[in-house]
Formats: sequence, structure tokens, C-alpha cells
Amino acid sequence: MFVRTALLVLKKDFAIEVKSREILYTTLLFALSCVLVFSIAFVKEGEPLEDAAAGILWIAIEFAGTLALGRTFERERYGETLRALLLAPAPRAAIYVGKMLGIVVLLAVCELLLVPLVALLFRSRLFEEPVLLVALLLTGTLGFAVVGSLFAAMLVRARTRDVMLPILLYPMTVPLMIGGVRGTVALTQTPVDQPSAIMWIVLLLCMDAVFLILALWTFEPLMTE
Amino acid sequence: MRKAFFPLLLVTSAMFAYAPVVIAHADYESTMGLVQKVMYFHAPSGMVMLISAIVCGVASALYLWKKDPAADRVAIAAAELTALFGLIVLVTGPLWARKAWGVWWVWEARLTMSFVGWLIAVGYLFVRKYGGPGSDKLAAGLAVFGTANVPFIYVSVNIWRTMHPMTTVVPTLQPGMRGAFWFSALTIFMLYGLMLAARVHLERQRTALDQLYLAEED
Amino acid sequence: MMRRLLLVVWLVAVAAAPALAFQPPAAQSEYVPVKDLPPVDQLPAAPLLVAAYSFIWLAAMFYLWTIWRRLGKVEAEMRALEQRRSHSR
Repeated sequence: MFVRTALLVLKKDFAIEVKSREILYTTLLFALSCVLVFSIAFVKEGEPLEDAAAGILWIAIEFAGTLALGRTFERERYGETLRALLLAPAPRAAIYVGKMLGIVVLLAVCELLLVPLVALLFRSRLFEEPVLLVALLLTGTLGFAVVGSLFAAMLVRARTRDVMLPILLYPMTVPLMIGGVRGTVALTQTPVDQPSAIMWIVLLLCMDAVFLILALWTFEPLMTE
Repeated sequence: MRKAFFPLLLVTSAMFAYAPVVIAHADYESTMGLVQKVMYFHAPSGMVMLISAIVCGVASALYLWKKDPAADRVAIAAAELTALFGLIVLVTGPLWARKAWGVWWVWEARLTMSFVGWLIAVGYLFVRKYGGPGSDKLAAGLAVFGTANVPFIYVSVNIWRTMHPMTTVVPTLQPGMRGAFWFSALTIFMLYGLMLAARVHLERQRTALDQLYLAEED
Repeated sequence: MMRRLLLVVWLVAVAAAPALAFQPPAAQSEYVPVKDLPPVDQLPAAPLLVAAYSFIWLAAMFYLWTIWRRLGKVEAEMRALEQRRSHSR
């Protein structure tokens, strides 16, 4: 029942998104603009600063992800479907997991384009260890989506939700960002620093587990209004 | 209990005023000298910040699950004090570090996560102030997440050996420093307790005022 | 009544603390300089120490003052409400 509900919510979001592709395209373009702006800051005389690619990639994911979160839940609020979802005889936590998976899928699609682009623009050798890279991106993005979906859902009825989401989300996701960036830097070394990358992936997994458990606990009491 | 507030406040103020004398007579530390004496207030302030974060987290959890309004009052008081003592830690630390390490700031685990913890406390206060209706529950959720940060801050200096002193420093202080340290720590803890009591009292009065307004409308 | 007491205590603390605190330290800096950071040796430690303590004291005083001020506002409103109620009776 739980898994079915979550997958149904995911399917619903996916179906809406496939039709208009509004959030996907705008998030992608925003991420590209981010990369452009940061590259201006971190490129010196035509050469990118060392390890800048890792930082810029994760910042672009975080900024674009924040926007995507805001817009996904804004859509729910605008259509007043959130109340309908909450009234449904389904476990609330399953609805949360469904929305969270939707964000993960959205960000994964963005990263499919973003990662090769960053590697290209910054001449970074990100694809030496593709399996580790995918694991790193997945754990980092999952953690971000877990925390972000909860906060965005909490804030959907707040007055200043647009600015409060980054204010609350960025400090909370700092450990995830540190893990992601340091793991990516480890993967771009010559030779690839496998033990470090694996350590960061494991750390990110632990953080994901803690955040997911906390989120599943708190979603129910937070959304009972 | 309320009658004890003012005598205790007087005692604490006296202790606070006298503390620099006690600290001045404590032993000198060999490698850092005079500036090490910031520790007598920096370390207890750090302890209080972490304790306050835990208090806020536990109170918020109680508020979320048991819907106890008294817990909410304690939560907001503890959050304000976490922000206050966090600010003290984040200002006195760099003042000490400038002399002891040569730099104002270093991006190591404990410093970064303390900064993050402080930002979360400030975020809590922002949510309560600007969040609109239902912000008390949102802030409580945020506090529960923020408290997960606390054990990490405490343990981080033992896992990653950086310039920041480890947690073993306090239990193994030299006898000449112990007296001054625990005197200062007691002062800070008492100050925290009194500030928490005062702030909770303010919140209780505010709730009473709201009840009066509601009663008036009836 | 409570506010007045709180104000008195706060004033005493404000007045007494600097008087007691600005006593000269026991000995002047005879510290061993940190070996691998020569430029830092020239930095005097006393201003940093004084700045740190002053900040703590100021922050604590400021916070207590904000509680006092907010409490004053709330109690004034409560008194106004009480007055309105006793007038309307």
C-alpha cells in the first residue's frame, strides 16, 4: 500500500511533467546559467581553477534543485491538489516519498546533461570511474531531495516561502554538499582517489539514512493541519 | 521557584564580574600564553550552545508529537539562546584563533558545522517570526533536524585531528586551570539557566495576553 | 514590580562588572611564541582577550535588555486590557 501510493504519486507528477516539461526545461536552463556565472568567477585567464568543476557542479545542482522544489510544490498549492492528497486515505509518509522520488528523477535528468557539460567546460576528468560517480551523484541528490521535499512541503502554506526555502535548506544540506564536492574532487584526481570517494559515498549514505528516518517521522505531525 | 530568580541573578552577575579576576590568576598556558584565557568562556559557551540545541530539539519533538504548548515555549526560548551562545562562540573563537593559529577562520569540521548549527538556529527564529500561520510546527520540524547536527559537532574534533583542541582537553586540564575553568563554566551555565527561565516567562506572559484578548472578544 | 527589580539588578551588574573586571592581569605577556608563525608574534594578545570578554558581556547584557523590553510591552498591554475590562463593567 505504501509503495503503491508512493509510486502513484510519482507517476502523477511524471505524467504532468511529461506533458508540459515546464519545470524540467526551466530548471535545466537555470542550471546552465548558474554554471556560466560561476565559471566567470572561477576561471582565470582562460584556465579553470583547480577543483572548481566539482564545486560548480554541486552548487548548480543545489540552486537548480531549490528552484525545482519550490515550483513543484507551488504547482500543488496552485491547483489546490495538496489538500486532496492529504485527504486521500493513504499514509501521509507515502505521499511524501512519492514527491521526493519525483524530485530525485527531475534532478537526475538535469544531472544527465549537467555533468558532461561541466566536465567539458572545465576540462575535468569526471568520468574516470563512472560507477562511483553515479553512486556519488545519486546519494547526494537523494539526500538533498529528502530534506528539500520535507521543507518545501512544510513551507507551502507559509507567506514568505520563496525566500525561506533557501534560508532553511542551505545550512541543512551543507554536510551533503561537502560530501558531494569532496567526493567529486577525489574522483577527478590523477590517479583517482578511490578510497576517499568510497568513504564519502558511505558518509552520504549514512546522512541520507538519518535524514530519511527523521523526515518520515516528522512528516505526519507536520502536515496534520 | 520564582522567588529564587532574583537572588540567583545577583549571584550570577557577581560571579560574572569576578570571573576575570579568577581567570587572571589561573596558570599560564605555555604555547599560547595570555590569549588562551579566552578558553575559560569560549569552551563553556560552546557547551551551552550544544546543550541549548538539544533542549530545543527535545522540546520541539515533544511539541510535534504531544502538542504540549509549554514545550513550544521552551523550544523558542532555547532556540534564541542557541543563537546567542552560538554567536558568542563564533566571535570569541576567531579572536582566539587569530593569535593562536594565525588565521581568523579555518574550514574544518567543527567550525563549519557550528556555523551551520548557528544558521539553523537563526533560521528557526526567522520561521517563527516570518512564517505566518502554522510556523510553530514548521520551526519545530526544523529544530528536530538541526539537533541531529549536535552529536556531530561534539565528536568531530576527535575524528578529524585539526588545529581545534580535542574534547579530551577539558577533563585533563592542569590543576592550576581547573578551578578557573569550572568557576567560569558554572557562571555561564547559571547565566544560561536564568536566561532560559526569563525567556520562558516572557513567552508564558505572551500566551496569557493572547488568552486575555480571546476572552475579551467573547 | 518584577520589572523594576530586574532593572535594578541589571543596572548594578552593568555598573559593577566593568569596575571589577578591568583589573590588570596578574603578569604581563611572557608567552612562548608559536614557533612556525613568526608574523603572529607581533600581534598583542591583550586586545583580543579584552575584545572577547567585552563581546560576551555586551551580548549577555543586550539579550537580557531585550527580554526586559519585551516583557515591559506585554505587561503594559495586559494592564491596558485589565483597565478596559474594569471600565466596561
